Amino acid sequence: MNAVELHRITRRFSSAVVAVDNIDLTVPAGAFVTLLGPSGCGKTTTLRMIAGLETPDEGDVMIKGNRMNEVPIHRRNLGMVFQNYALFPHKTIYDNVAFGLKYRNVGKDEIRRRVKQALDIVRLPGVEERFPAQLSGGQQQRIALARALVIEPDVLLLDEPLSALDANLREEMRVELKNIQRRIGVATVFVTHDQGEALAMSDLVVVMNKGHIEQMGAPTEVYEQPRSEFVASFLGNANFLPATVRQVASDGISVDLGAAGALLVSDAARPVSPGEAVKVVVRAEKIDIAPPGNGGLSATVADVDYLGSMARYQMELPGGHRLLSLVSLKDRALELGQSVSLQINPRHCRIL
Amino acid sequence: MVRAEYRPYFLLSPALISLALLLLAPVLFIFVYSFWLRAANGQDIPAFQFGNWITVGGDPFYWLALRETFKISAITTVICMLVGYPTAYFLARCRFNNKALLLFLLFLPFWISYIIRTFAWINVLGKSGFVNSVLLGIGIIDKPLSLLYNDFSVIMGLVYFQLPYMIINVYVSLDGIDRNLESAARTLGCTAWQTFREVTLPLSLPGLGAGSLLCFVLAAGSFVTPRLLGGTDTLFFSQLIYEAIISQLDWPTGSVLSLMLLLSLGIIVAVYNRFMSLSDIYRSFAK
Ligand SMILES: Nc1ncnc2c1ncn2[C@@H]1O[C@H](COP(=O)(O)OP(=O)(O)OP(=O)(O)O)[C@@H](O)[C@H]1O
Ligand SMILES: [Mg+2]
Repeated sequence: MNAVELHRITRRFSSAVVAVDNIDLTVPAGAFVTLLGPSGCGKTTTLRMIAGLETPDEGDVMIKGNRMNEVPIHRRNLGMVFQNYALFPHKTIYDNVAFGLKYRNVGKDEIRRRVKQALDIVRLPGVEERFPAQLSGGQQQRIALARALVIEPDVLLLDEPLSALDANLREEMRVELKNIQRRIGVATVFVTHDQGEALAMSDLVVVMNKGHIEQMGAPTEVYEQPRSEFVASFLGNANFLPATVRQVASDGISVDLGAAGALLVSDAARPVSPGEAVKVVVRAEKIDIAPPGNGGLSATVADVDYLGSMARYQMELPGGHRLLSLVSLKDRALELGQSVSLQINPRHCRIL
Repeated sequence: MVRAEYRPYFLLSPALISLALLLLAPVLFIFVYSFWLRAANGQDIPAFQFGNWITVGGDPFYWLALRETFKISAITTVICMLVGYPTAYFLARCRFNNKALLLFLLFLPFWISYIIRTFAWINVLGKSGFVNSVLLGIGIIDKPLSLLYNDFSVIMGLVYFQLPYMIINVYVSLDGIDRNLESAARTLGCTAWQTFREVTLPLSLPGLGAGSLLCFVLAAGSFVTPRLLGGTDTLFFSQLIYEAIISQLDWPTGSVLSLMLLLSLGIIVAVYNRFMSLSDIYRSFAK
């Protein structure tokens, strides 16, 4: 049975602000689903509607197969972790973690046992008597997670739980969070605007834009087979080449890039026919650079960003269009003005 | 150049100097006066003796007045809490997007002289005032109630004067509460009321505590309200001080009375601080 199902959910804050626009979403049992999108696209609102903190104007919220629209928040049995942790500042860590159990009429001894277990899971035993203000940001985050997990929720809801942490800690917590989730097997909805987090942690990535879902799929799928320019540009570094379809054959679609030449593309987001104007997506890291005269597209190096282990080039094609290319450096970086040949495997190009 | 560790004092010096001149110095004068002798002809003679203290301290009338004053102040404070908290809660939580305007309205009465505003109560509560006219008009009573010149009207006037102070204090602490804390409590299983009890109320206690203390002290030291709205039997301590100093020109006794009020308020504030352990509550917010 699916942990969460949203059926045609809409939330309007005013006639002008439609925060969530007719969304369908399914979270399978035990899955880690990420809502990814730019600021203001409705991620938090979607999460809050699952939690019951926000009421949908239209549509149904189903949890474990039961319609939840009219079920008040406190009867939904969901664990939520907030961006700023939201630990109760006037309660000890013990009371914070025990809070949900207290309202579930769990016995004193049982509470003690489960709080201890939860603190062990987040690897913070022995902080029971402290107050939240006496813990570091990362520790507070773990406590917030423990507080949400200890009630054995049907769904775990995480609203940008890592965004307040510094880069190193963030990485560490990301791995740990994913491990804990996998071990406990709780269905999780994770909100982020960090594509790295989304790709690394999720079973299913839901890319949102302006209140609707742009694309939904496994991390490799949304990354490698973006369905729209928005998805392609939001995940990773993508180039968009304007082109005209020349021929559609069984081994691929050949497209005309004007002055820059021609390209063979093996993948398309939709059926195309010869003569159609399209855009070709090429990932910056999927472009191979060879000495000039080796076939492929000829180009000159127009800009070099030296990043230590990597280099980021702007390659100018005949006709003036520029391609971003990311290369890991085994040798010296290319020089400005150098002529090169860009080789792009048809499998790594996709027509939108 | 001022050395770094003295810099705070340097910056505070205007405040410290005015406090010293305007507050400390007069209190010192009063303190000195309280030991002077009052001669039979009404003259004040510089001296150092405890006669005034002993006379005042031994007179149960003054203690009764002090108790009455604190009783009325406590009643007005409790009323302010009960009326002010919901108002502040509404102010903090309403979706109205011009809260500055609401707060401005809260303090609008302060633009009018306090004395005039207090006089207005005479028109409201008097024999032919608003309340009595309405009640007589709709026939609930057949002769005017005496609402004025008693403890009731004093309490009314004090509540009216102090309420904005209570509201603003509670408002500030309610407004500072992270709404996610309430959401968190809800998702963990609290009803709206339980959330209020577990999260909102405890976190707003510092504001409620500060507001109550302010109300109590303002009430206990008030003079105009009990003077204008109180009856002949209203025993307000500030009245006695006024009587002693202005009517009887008895500065030594007046000084002792002033210090008596000051000291008892000081003790109450200290005990209150201890009891409410305000500093503890504040510390838990220290981040
Ligand atoms: N309580 C509210 N009243 C009015 N508008 C709101 C409210 N909450 C959110 N919105 C609007 O709804 C839209 C979606 O907001 P939401 O908080 O869901 O975005 P988000 O994707 O979580 O963004 P972020 O990444 O910045 O947190 C935004 O345009 C926001 O301004
Ligand atoms: Mg958000």
